[in-house]
Amino acid sequence: MGDFKEKTKDEVIVSLLNVEKWYGNNNVVKNMSMKIKSGEFLTLLGPSGCGKTTTLRMISGFEEPSSGVIKIENESVELKEPYERDVNTVFQNYALFPNMTVYDNIAYGLKIKKVPKAEIHERVEEMLDLVQLKGFEKRRIDQMSGGQKQRVAIARALINQPKVLLLDEPLGALDLKLRKQMQLELKRLQKALNITFVYVTHDQEEALTMSDRIAVMNGGIIEQLDTPKNIYEKPSTKFVATFIGESNIFEASVISVDSEKASLGMECGSASILPEEVAFGDHIYVSVRPEDMRFDKEPVEGFNIKAKVKEFIYIGNITKMIATMSNGDEIKFTRLHTGKLPQVGDVINVYWSLKDGIPIPMETNAEFEKLKELSIS
Amino acid sequence: MKIIANKEYLKIKRRSKLSEIFMCMPLSVWVVCLILLPLCYLLFMSFMTKGPMGTIKYVFSVDSYVRMLEPEYFSVFKKSLYIAFISTVVNIVLGYPMAYFIASKVKMSSTLMLMLMLPFWTCALVTIYSFVIMFSNAGLINNFLMALGIIDKPIDMLYNNFSVSVGMVYELLPFAVMPMYSSIEKMDKNFIEASKDLGAGPIKTFFKITLPLTKPGIYAAIILTFIPCIGYYMITDMLGGGTTLLIGNVIYNQFTAARDWPFGAALSCILSAAIILMMFIYTKLGGDLDNLGA
Amino acid sequence: MSRKAKRRLTEGLFNLYGFLVYGFLYIPVIVMVVFSFNDSTNNQIWNGFTTEWYGTLMSDSELWRILLTTVVIAIISTVIAVVLGTIGAVGMSRTDFKGKKLISTLLYIPIIIPEIVLAVATLLVIRKAGLGLGMLAMCMGNVTLILPYVYITVKSRLTGMDQSIEEASLDLGANRSYTFLHVILPNILPGVVSGAFMAFTLAFGDLVIVSFMANATTVTLPMDVYSMLKRGIRPEINALSTVILVAFLVGITASKLISSHIDKMNRRKGLEENERKEGEEDEGYEGRVIILE
Repeated sequence: MGDFKEKTKDEVIVSLLNVEKWYGNNNVVKNMSMKIKSGEFLTLLGPSGCGKTTTLRMISGFEEPSSGVIKIENESVELKEPYERDVNTVFQNYALFPNMTVYDNIAYGLKIKKVPKAEIHERVEEMLDLVQLKGFEKRRIDQMSGGQKQRVAIARALINQPKVLLLDEPLGALDLKLRKQMQLELKRLQKALNITFVYVTHDQEEALTMSDRIAVMNGGIIEQLDTPKNIYEKPSTKFVATFIGESNIFEASVISVDSEKASLGMECGSASILPEEVAFGDHIYVSVRPEDMRFDKEPVEGFNIKAKVKEFIYIGNITKMIATMSNGDEIKFTRLHTGKLPQVGDVINVYWSLKDGIPIPMETNAEFEKLKELSIS
Repeated sequence: MKIIANKEYLKIKRRSKLSEIFMCMPLSVWVVCLILLPLCYLLFMSFMTKGPMGTIKYVFSVDSYVRMLEPEYFSVFKKSLYIAFISTVVNIVLGYPMAYFIASKVKMSSTLMLMLMLPFWTCALVTIYSFVIMFSNAGLINNFLMALGIIDKPIDMLYNNFSVSVGMVYELLPFAVMPMYSSIEKMDKNFIEASKDLGAGPIKTFFKITLPLTKPGIYAAIILTFIPCIGYYMITDMLGGGTTLLIGNVIYNQFTAARDWPFGAALSCILSAAIILMMFIYTKLGGDLDNLGA
Repeated sequence: MSRKAKRRLTEGLFNLYGFLVYGFLYIPVIVMVVFSFNDSTNNQIWNGFTTEWYGTLMSDSELWRILLTTVVIAIISTVIAVVLGTIGAVGMSRTDFKGKKLISTLLYIPIIIPEIVLAVATLLVIRKAGLGLGMLAMCMGNVTLILPYVYITVKSRLTGMDQSIEEASLDLGANRSYTFLHVILPNILPGVVSGAFMAFTLAFGDLVIVSFMANATTVTLPMDVYSMLKRGIRPEINALSTVILVAFLVGITASKLISSHIDKMNRRKGLEENERKEGEEDEGYEGRVIILE
């Protein structure tokens, strides 16, 4: 497959501009704009019903956007049939043709293009080699295991050398161990072939391990589009902070800002974060990961949050602690220092290092911000 | 602050799925021209008047409907319903255990179903004539019984309600078994095991689980036997010997010997209306029309 | 009584019951077959063995012509119904248009209303349209009668089919007609075949519709048999029915054997090809029986 073009990383291959999708009165994709770069592994991540699969199906051509523009390599494709687009899909349930053998399934796309038989044979063998299924050519689909079917589906889509490969929860039906193995294999394939992958999943761990960038979707909008590291460490909305991993979310007002820290007033006390990104008087959320939560017997400077230890939960490699604040809200701690664990019922002083408190604007309007960016650029 | 984004709201033209509409066209045209139109015309015809010598006068009248109230036709209705009812009950009672029997022979069930249908497919009319051979006064059964000395003069078995009902049951049994068989076969056998696991005996399990779960098949079987019973004029003709007249025969006569098309049309309309009402109840009871076809 | 004995008893009773019902169904068939060898034109009393009627049958050109007419009408009707019903069922499942619900409901009418009502209604319209009676009208009436069966079996096969394989085909660059021929059709084929089989048997055996649509010169076998019934059936008819019965039996058995053989071959081939491969279990292997659903 050596003839894939070397693509520069920043070239945009797929772009969505103000795309909307309505089913009757149901607005499943709301004014979405997004640019997918050539050669990247982009994941659409979100709970079921967030519009991620619909977005994917609009790119592949199975759904038409109600309004907006979708461009593949700078060419509008909204009115093109799926078979006129240079993208291929790996379906959730594989969608292999049950009336054909493994070989015929993989060769399908080339047969339609009327590629000479000898070349088809050569390229199918190459693909089989790539997905490690050599020798399975003549098997019928119902004689393959789930993982093997998945590989056939990938080979069948990749043989057409698509500009973009769309994957709709391709690993959803596999068991955990096989899924982990296939995740690594998909990543390896993507790097080796340098094809753009657009991957849909609801599994945040899968998204974090595989992606170059993740678009976190909720209710038909993209909440945040960023690298896995930034998504985890700098969630830009409350939804992202809680959907990706666990977070303790505090509602706070900025009561003073100096060069070192911003002081926050909260319902159940006070706390501090770094002064960048906030201004005096802002009303914000503060997100703190459970592993970044600290506590002490004595009050810590800049913090005044008291909580009562409620229970400990043992989860193998870590122990989780849950404490209740004065307003009744629960907060979670992990990465506890053994040896000085408090007792259930003890009152502790809660704090965190300033850099670990992530401010999130309260009236977030992530998609609005994105639009602003786009219209400027 | 309100930023107006790129207002590039392109109205997307709905992609015409011409090819798919095109695929529906021939079927739709056929249905409209040869199902809808004929039925409408039948209704129209039922309100026309019979002219002399089998002609039709295109004058509106309800005479044909009024005529149905005559006692002669009332007794035809009564008899049709009676025979259809008896045949249906016998078919269900005979057919359900049969369906169960076939479904229980998992490996052979498709062969057994084929055997069930085979006489109907190949020689339905001729086998009905076999009943004439068997039932007539000098026929096989009477000869046999007399030879054994059980009876000394032949029993009248032919040309009465009995022979007509036997013919109906014979002809329609496969159609009663088919839907019941498929619903028994489709039933999740885990329910039966769960019921037994929970302490119910086989009889209780049958009445509480199997029977209710296979109800759709029974409803479909009722419909597939009851409706043809009303309309089959051949069986009454052959085994009823002209003494037993059913609605089907009366309609047949109007279009052949009597040449009273409006009256035949009116009878057909009433019959259809009653059946459509039945189907309405059937679907309201949760019946699936598809069960009737496969 | 022990549990085992009890079970055996119920099973025995069930078998006996099945045997009796099949007996009820097949006694008239046996009578028919036996009387085809009866040495008497009077079809009611056994008079001794003869194969004479099979001889007369062979030379009865009139009867063969009637049989040919019946088969031709049944085949033409089946082909039209299968084409209309299959393409229509696929189209209807893929699109939405005004009146679709009406069309699909109307399609059930020929199944639920008595055949005689359908026959007279069709007759009225064909007369009104000025079309002559005869072959064409007989085929039209038959198609209307059998169309729903094809439509329903194909439709149920389509519902069971994974919709995404169709999308996969479009996605891989096949247009809609290529997809229909290479992906949809092979997958619904068992439904099409069983629908066609059902349609053919119904059209072949139909009496009511064809006798209303027929003209004086076009006679089908059921019509011929029916016209004889009053005077008693000629023994050749018994012979012919026996021949048809045997032909059906042979045809069905052959197609079953062939399909199970193909299946076995496929399976063995697949396994042999791959037996050196790491042991993968066959998942969800199911035999394909295409005759009946």
